[in-house]
Amino acid sequence: MLTQEKLNFLKDKAKEIRQEIIIMITRAASGHVGGSMSAVEILVSLYHHIMKHDSQNPKWTERDRFIMGKGHATPVYYAVLADCGYIPKEDLLGFRRPGSYLQGHPKQYTEKGIEVSTGTLGLSLSTTCGMALSAKLKGEKQNYFCLCGDGEIQEGQIWEAAMFANKYKLNNIIAFVDRNYMQSDGYSEDIMPLDPLEPKWEAFGWEVFSIDGHDFEQIINTVEKAMLSDKPVMIVARTIKGKGVSFMENDNTWHGSPPNLETAMRALGELV
Amino acid sequence: MKKYTFTEKKDTRSGFGAGMQILGQTSPNVVALCADLVGSLKLDAFIKENPERFIQCGIAEANMIGISAGLTIGGKIPFATTFANFGSGRVYDQIRQSVAYSNKNVKICVSHAGLTLGEDGATHQILEDLGMMKMLPGMTVINPCDYNQTKAATIAIADYEGPVYLRFGRPVIPVFTDADQKFEIGKAWTVNEGTDVSIFATGHLVWEAIQAGEILAEKGISAEIINIHTIKPFDTEAVLTSIKKTGCAVSAEEHQINGGLGDSIAQVLVQQYYVPMEYVGVNDSFGESGTPTQLMEKYGLTAADIVEKALKAIRRKNS
Repeated sequence: MLTQEKLNFLKDKAKEIRQEIIIMITRAASGHVGGSMSAVEILVSLYHHIMKHDSQNPKWTERDRFIMGKGHATPVYYAVLADCGYIPKEDLLGFRRPGSYLQGHPKQYTEKGIEVSTGTLGLSLSTTCGMALSAKLKGEKQNYFCLCGDGEIQEGQIWEAAMFANKYKLNNIIAFVDRNYMQSDGYSEDIMPLDPLEPKWEAFGWEVFSIDGHDFEQIINTVEKAMLSDKPVMIVARTIKGKGVSFMENDNTWHGSPPNLETAMRALGELV
Repeated sequence: MKKYTFTEKKDTRSGFGAGMQILGQTSPNVVALCADLVGSLKLDAFIKENPERFIQCGIAEANMIGISAGLTIGGKIPFATTFANFGSGRVYDQIRQSVAYSNKNVKICVSHAGLTLGEDGATHQILEDLGMMKMLPGMTVINPCDYNQTKAATIAIADYEGPVYLRFGRPVIPVFTDADQKFEIGKAWTVNEGTDVSIFATGHLVWEAIQAGEILAEKGISAEIINIHTIKPFDTEAVLTSIKKTGCAVSAEEHQINGGLGDSIAQVLVQQYYVPMEYVGVNDSFGESGTPTQLMEKYGLTAADIVEKALKAIRRKNS
């Protein structure tokens, strides 16, 4: 359970991470704001409350793993990893620049907390299944968290992995869909309808939870329940693309376009 | 010139199966994955003896590649198996991203490569896989020439740390290499020394090249036959040493001319030591249904075709 003090801490963290997202993308003049903002509470919950991990010992074998399926949301990923001490803050300056390990989409770098290269969509749930199966084969107990974009799960390979996880009873997987209903070309239900989404995962043998993906208490309480499941778990987290900055919310302009300096200042003004 | 003979014909995929059976006994971290083609990949013995180390993925190759990448984290050595078509072209992005870019210790082992898949036709006859795979940074690409060499290569790649694409085939072909050979990744094997022309062959074409060498010998021509079983890393030194001696070259592969073994040789020739060179391979065409023998003849991949190209290369050298 979450104390009021911890809840306030997490909310403050979310605000800081959102500021960092705007700054990173503005500085790089490149990057995906909207899908980073929608996933902030999920990543903050995982890294600051749920997952067992240690940035001073990034190769700790018993750590829980996070796999970033929607790899274009590197700004939120890197900002959280920096906040946890995996990535030196000054390295964020290199985001999307030549010579930096902070690639536009994640490149595996275990020492910096980046577990696996991801980002061409649809691949990560399979990799997560392989990792989770490896743990099962060795009798290890850690959890495997994967964050998929809702557009991402239009990829067929996701459903291959969904079948696989059910067959091999990979209840050490807790996955999220960042259900912000937006993708590059627009509204997901226009591009390729996903609803009714929860019954799809249930039909594939997963235990499914439906939550508000910006509500820390719902995220954390649901993951606690998910850890007791005897099935792989999919948490459909309803989110708002661009969450936290009024003029970015649900405006797909901010899928992959960076703000200019003036717009960034307006955005930061809303995040103080 | 050494005379190569054989007492039996076997398929290279059975060499893979035999290698896997040995790995089942010697390498506890080796696990096998398959996408509904266990019989074709000759995995029965491995699975029978190590049922807990086999992961049936169903007809979902993309997922199988991702599963393999994930399995490596705890030290497992996944051997992901299917037909060459489904283990390369179908899953190129998965291999590029989840395996090669992440430098995962995954062994992609594929059968039924090339025209000799036969009657199923062009849909399944991949002739582009060596090129696609060699282009991936960090990928090791191996195409052994007979049953024994495939078995030895299978065992050798388990000890090598890094991604590997191991390609073999469906039909029975002569077994002519040593049963107890040690396979050295990246080290070309000089099958026969010669002075007039260098014939660089890979996979099923190595036996054809040996036959071509005998036909050429009857014409008084001394051919050097080199088995390039490792397409990448490429044994540049072996190529240079041979062509400096013979002054002309022929490549022979069951693959598109574009982007295959021949082009790897041509790079060396252009950049380091120019000599005339001819290609034996499929010339910008898909295959079709037929027996392996019919197709190898129709598409120009026989000993006679190698002889013709060798004579042409020698003529160019002397003109």
